[in-house]
Amino acid sequence: MKKALSLVLAAAMVFALAACGGKNSDGSAAFKFGASGPLTGDAAIYGKAVMNGAQIAVDEINAKGGIQIVFNAQDDEADGEKALNAYNTLMDWGMQVMVGPVTTGSAIATSAKAFEDRTFCLTPSASSTDVTAGKDNMYQLCFTDPNQGTGSADYIAENLPGHKIAVIYRNDDAYSQGIRDTFVKEAAAMDLDIVYEGTFTKDTQTDFSVQLGKAQSEGADLLYLPIYYQPASVILAQAKSMNYAPVFFGVDGMDGILTMEGFDTSLAEGVMLLTPFAADATDDMTKSFVAEYQKRFKETPNQFAADGYDVVYVLYNALLASGCTPDMSAQDICDKLIAQMQKTSYDGLTGSGMTWGANGEVSKMPVAVVIKDGVYVSA
Amino acid sequence: MKWKTLQPHTKQNVFTFLGLGVVWVLVAVLRAQGVLTRSAAGLLVPICCYVVMALSLNLTVGIMGELSLGHAGFMGVGAFTGVVASQSLMNAVPSVPLRLLAAMLAGALFAGVFGFLIGIPVLRLRGDYLAIVTLAFGEIIKELITCLLVGVDEKGLHIIFNYKGVKGVEDLNLSPAGQVIIKGAQGATGTQTIASFTAGMLLIFVTLFIILHLIYSRTGRAIMAIRDNRIAAESVGIDVTKHKMIAFVLSAAMAGAAGALYGLNYSNLVAAKFDFNTSILVLVFVVLGGLGNMRGSIIAAVLLYVLPEALRGMRDYRMLIYAVILIAVMLTTNSPIAQSFFSRFFRFGRKGGETE
Repeated sequence: MKKALSLVLAAAMVFALAACGGKNSDGSAAFKFGASGPLTGDAAIYGKAVMNGAQIAVDEINAKGGIQIVFNAQDDEADGEKALNAYNTLMDWGMQVMVGPVTTGSAIATSAKAFEDRTFCLTPSASSTDVTAGKDNMYQLCFTDPNQGTGSADYIAENLPGHKIAVIYRNDDAYSQGIRDTFVKEAAAMDLDIVYEGTFTKDTQTDFSVQLGKAQSEGADLLYLPIYYQPASVILAQAKSMNYAPVFFGVDGMDGILTMEGFDTSLAEGVMLLTPFAADATDDMTKSFVAEYQKRFKETPNQFAADGYDVVYVLYNALLASGCTPDMSAQDICDKLIAQMQKTSYDGLTGSGMTWGANGEVSKMPVAVVIKDGVYVSA
Repeated sequence: MKWKTLQPHTKQNVFTFLGLGVVWVLVAVLRAQGVLTRSAAGLLVPICCYVVMALSLNLTVGIMGELSLGHAGFMGVGAFTGVVASQSLMNAVPSVPLRLLAAMLAGALFAGVFGFLIGIPVLRLRGDYLAIVTLAFGEIIKELITCLLVGVDEKGLHIIFNYKGVKGVEDLNLSPAGQVIIKGAQGATGTQTIASFTAGMLLIFVTLFIILHLIYSRTGRAIMAIRDNRIAAESVGIDVTKHKMIAFVLSAAMAGAAGALYGLNYSNLVAAKFDFNTSILVLVFVVLGGLGNMRGSIIAAVLLYVLPEALRGMRDYRMLIYAVILIAVMLTTNSPIAQSFFSRFFRFGRKGGETE
């Protein structure tokens, strides 16, 4: 009898919800922007930040009048399988351009389908080159992994020569492994001295005493951390407790460490990182964005929120510049945007003078910052 | 043979197959008519995979009576084997259905071999050791696949086991025409997606046929006798380890085939997908569908997979409601009051020879 009951219950829920599933019945003078990113699960912090940032941009544009935007964010749990489901749901809804997907794995899974369908995607933060490779409809707003890896190696070679380098990275994560691979390659070309490489996985990111001890005994005085900020915060705390004080050098995943709850910001003193966005920059655009974000969501925006904000503006400007109208099909818009993107130059929160190549990768300068007294200062 | 003279359980099974066939035709027609939305059509293949996963796990948990907590590990083995097989046979076997078949067979074979290796020591023991070992297996296989670098060129497969994490794709020494299939942590990218709903339904049919055939055979009765009373079974001369091994290896192999189908449905596949959560998800399908009840497994897998997608309209509360529904279903199906209430509406139900 169990099965009959569970069937009835579940079916009742499905139908009840299908009935109340929203339909956007607004006029035709609005572009439909779809977005997919993790809104639940481990990576939810990134997806939520992107969606919040994008929502602010959408509201600003709609408040100005003119052609409006309808924004629909779907949860993909940072999982390729769920990302395809989210993408299909958005296509049923009538999505014309896509903001996202936010995470690399989801973006790669979605990109093949979006390429077939001719849907234009500008991802705020999926940084692997596999996202754009061979697909003319996929564009990135963030630095690619190789770009960050080579960028860091070049920066270290130029500004911090003569250091013995240790690398600690997460080897079951496409982002971390990708940056490490290109960093090591470029480091070899630049004659940097890598004395130790330590790895960890999702399940072992709470203790780094072994890796740190090894790095210390090998005499490393620069620790390169191509990882997200949660494990990085553990590394900083443990290094301090064992009186190991090398130069810490991170990439954009390190961004967010200062706003992490319960983190003693004095630990991050002197940490260097490459990031496209600093929440305490003093230009007007950043200031108003940060103020609005804090007002709405009661927290300081990180790089992902800024990425989401920029993506919406880049897409909107490109749509207008290429003469797209809301009644056009996603395929037509895709063709026009591909032609337009390579002519676009955009000054946003995450970099000025951003331009795009035919391969979909953005070209902007990575900025190195160093943390002093709890704020980012240009290095 | 006359319909009336058939065993009750045979009638039940005929109905199960007929029902599946009707659903298949219905979905195919709806799809051809363009009635099915894209999101619904996109769910078809993963649903088929999870149904086969639930059926095969039910063989271990329901029929053999041993708990397995690493079923996703077999799925992962099958998925990556299937992807490697399909990508490397791209030129040798241009026909898509044949290549898919070869990939699923390869997936089943590899997963079956792993099942056999695990079974050799563990199935000799009494107690919950299988649960512990499969749990560990699921985690270990995930880490091992993360260390794999696999590429193919005209000379054949190049495989590096990158256990120190210091090697990269360029160490595969592929020729310029070569293609990287698995890139360690980045998983398998650029897979040609050849999985289809038809293949999924066929796989369900084959799986169900094998399992039902096994259950009502001499071997299946021996397996269930061991589950119900091991000492009694041994006393009448049943070889416990052998029969358990048959069920467990079959279960692993079918999970491998489902994994191959799953892997070939996505252009990007990472090993982290096949973690403990996925194993538990499949176990939930089996438990809610009813231990040993194959039809229940199918229905539970379909409904519970569709549910979170159908709940997308609830936005942020989606997963919360999903969890509440799960708990509600578990509580009500165990409550005698609810059971007697619903049994008035559904008279048919328990009269068949199902092994619930």
